[in-house]
Amino acid sequence: MMKNSQVTVTKEIADDNYFYLRSCIRQNFFPGAEKVFLDILKNKLGKNIIDNANHISCTGIGYHSDIVPYETYQAMVARQFALMTEQGLKNAAVSCITSYGGYNEVMKTWKEFPEEEAKARKNLKNATGRRFEIPENISHSCDIIYKFRHDIAELAQYKLINKQTGKPLRIVDHIGCHYAKIFPEKGIGGAEQNTVLSAIVEAWGGQSVDYPERRHCCGFGFRHYLVKNNRSYSISNSKKKFESMEPYCPDMIITNCPGCNMFLDKWQYALAKIEGKTYSGDKNGIPVLSYEELAGLVLGYNPWDIGLQMHQVDVEPLLKKMRFDYNPDEKYLDAGGKFMGQPEFTGCLP
Amino acid sequence: MTEKRNIAIIGAGIAGQEAASVLAGLGYKVTLLEKQERMGGMLNKWSKLFPDFSSSQQILDTVQVSANKNLSVICNADISSITKENGRFELSDNSSLKVYADLVLLATGYNLFDATLKEEYGYGVFENVITSVDFEKVHKSGKKLTTLLGKEPRRVAIIHCVGSRDAKSGNTYCSKVCCITGVKQAIEVTRMWPDCEVFNFYMDLRLYGSKYDSLYLEAQKHHKVQFIRGRLSEISERQDKGLQLKAEDTLQGRPLRMNADIVILLVGMEACEQNADLCRNNTLDLDENRFFKSKNIHYARNISTQPGIFMAGSCICPMSVNETLESSRSAAFLVDKSFRSVQVEE
Amino acid sequence: MSQFDFLKPKSRQIEFEQFDDRILTFVLERERSFLTCISCGGCTATCSAGNLTSFNIRKIGLSLRRGSINDLSDEIQKCMFCGKCTLVCPRDINIRNVVLLIKKRIAQLESEKTL
Repeated sequence: MMKNSQVTVTKEIADDNYFYLRSCIRQNFFPGAEKVFLDILKNKLGKNIIDNANHISCTGIGYHSDIVPYETYQAMVARQFALMTEQGLKNAAVSCITSYGGYNEVMKTWKEFPEEEAKARKNLKNATGRRFEIPENISHSCDIIYKFRHDIAELAQYKLINKQTGKPLRIVDHIGCHYAKIFPEKGIGGAEQNTVLSAIVEAWGGQSVDYPERRHCCGFGFRHYLVKNNRSYSISNSKKKFESMEPYCPDMIITNCPGCNMFLDKWQYALAKIEGKTYSGDKNGIPVLSYEELAGLVLGYNPWDIGLQMHQVDVEPLLKKMRFDYNPDEKYLDAGGKFMGQPEFTGCLP
Repeated sequence: MTEKRNIAIIGAGIAGQEAASVLAGLGYKVTLLEKQERMGGMLNKWSKLFPDFSSSQQILDTVQVSANKNLSVICNADISSITKENGRFELSDNSSLKVYADLVLLATGYNLFDATLKEEYGYGVFENVITSVDFEKVHKSGKKLTTLLGKEPRRVAIIHCVGSRDAKSGNTYCSKVCCITGVKQAIEVTRMWPDCEVFNFYMDLRLYGSKYDSLYLEAQKHHKVQFIRGRLSEISERQDKGLQLKAEDTLQGRPLRMNADIVILLVGMEACEQNADLCRNNTLDLDENRFFKSKNIHYARNISTQPGIFMAGSCICPMSVNETLESSRSAAFLVDKSFRSVQVEE
Repeated sequence: MSQFDFLKPKSRQIEFEQFDDRILTFVLERERSFLTCISCGGCTATCSAGNLTSFNIRKIGLSLRRGSINDLSDEIQKCMFCGKCTLVCPRDINIRNVVLLIKKRIAQLESEKTL
């Protein structure tokens, strides 16, 4: 069912020595995801990746909501690059799709309008005394997982197989708009038939399932979801996606954008509240995982260590399909083994 | 008469063949060079012609030339260079072939737009998306158009301007023959399957030729073909391998979503890639659409920017069959006129 | 839960899969010339009613051909049957008859209480 893109995007993805740029949404809503990404890179793949405590939010949400001016945004990007330069690194690994689109936008601006780069350098110098070099490579962290997908498959303890039926798990993907729709040449497979996630899914034994509204936006849209009066418009987009996926009975949704991941996960609950129904045929909803969380599962990480209990849609049905060896009693224990409380019910409907 | 009577024609499609028969008939020594194994060019790919549904084979048979004392035909000759030395042209391919001529006539024709480049339409990805040329192939085989699963289509959508009038494809010009081809193929689909609904999605309908508008009217009146003004934004595949289409119904100002069993993409005409090679080592020039540039678009359409090189047919711009044949006869006339004026000067 | 009580916007998309052909089929069976409309708008430009109200005869025809027939019954009442649309039509469609047929069919459907 997986459709191969006709357009070959030969995108360069650096193979070591990364400077990690985190995502606000991913850290807040799926706190284990970035942790497991760093752990996989360092301890499973033996890569050098620096997670610098001084780097800040890319302010993308503010930028796309017309709160942060572009000039400020460029100075922020310049500062991130400066931290990278100070550590002697040239390859950026970006966790967030919004940031990824933003960094590429700034790079392109500087290429087309060198005076903007000069201004950003001056602003950064005046504000912080820092200087920076342009990175040699900017990859999204899903690109890096894509690059090493076969290495991960070799280390895998689980395949994306439904052990109850023996068939591959049926997985639909959702690509964040800013991954390849702004700069198609920056996304694996281009903008229309993007393959970065489907290739990962298939490398790990799953079945990538195409669906008609695959290219539709998840509905996030920044200012649309941030303003409560617009939320109906935002959620109607998500609904369009779920309606389109529903007939394919997917076992899970894989995303590469933190915002989409949060939306597709939590809006299933909101839609269940509004409509009294889910799109999964049960009360739970369709589990939504990011590529690094899925990589974590495939590599056999404890699902509760990588924060999967923080998802709205319960992942346990998925773990059961995979016959994953986990301890349900540890689900709501914190890192120190203390009970941290638990929701009234899991999934979308009680 | 002088001894300067050798003419080389590049391309043995209908343009090259028609010019060759006229010029050989006038007594010139003509060498007709064809890069393919056989003559006929692109028309070999077509089944029936607009606006009268006559067979393209009939045209091919009518213009078909055979070698005689004035005409020699060389197939598998992919000419890649034209140079002028000592008052005559030397044509060569990438191997050892060399042909000498006093005048050259370009009849190199066109290329079809590669529909896979319009990623959003999924040609080559979704099996029920085909091109107008694929449809001609089905029609020519005498079979009926069916879905991938061999079923009768209940709804077919025909998409105009694929690779034409589209900055994203790099072709901002109109291919001119696609709109009427879309109307023709819509009728052909309903003739195969009378219960099948056919929708044509267009940006502007550009049916410029004699009898074309009556074909449009016939399509609406007798075949219930429907025309929606709006450019398709994307095609997706549905679970049953059917297709989901998105466009705007611009006359209503609302987005539209439709399922179709088969989509036919009307692929446009592009200049041949080899045109650029042929321009080296001489003063031939290409126009902004990469077709050969005419010395003057009104009174010297067949005359190139290199003295002694003439042009015929769709290497000048997209043309229908009847225009191509007229263009070749006009080119042959100008070639003849050119020889005569040389004689007078001498 | 009131904080989830978001208004659900109605889709603006014309959904061909929900095509309501009950009026269109009726009209086409009786007035085939309607098939040839090219939405030129000559009818609307000359329309007596359309010059004074929001009545748009071209759009009504188009809605029919897109299978959306909601809100049509009030709208069609605005026609004054002057027949100028029929005079101007380049496709020679008997538009006056089209309007009559639409009204007739709406009356039928309303009496069946299915519209």
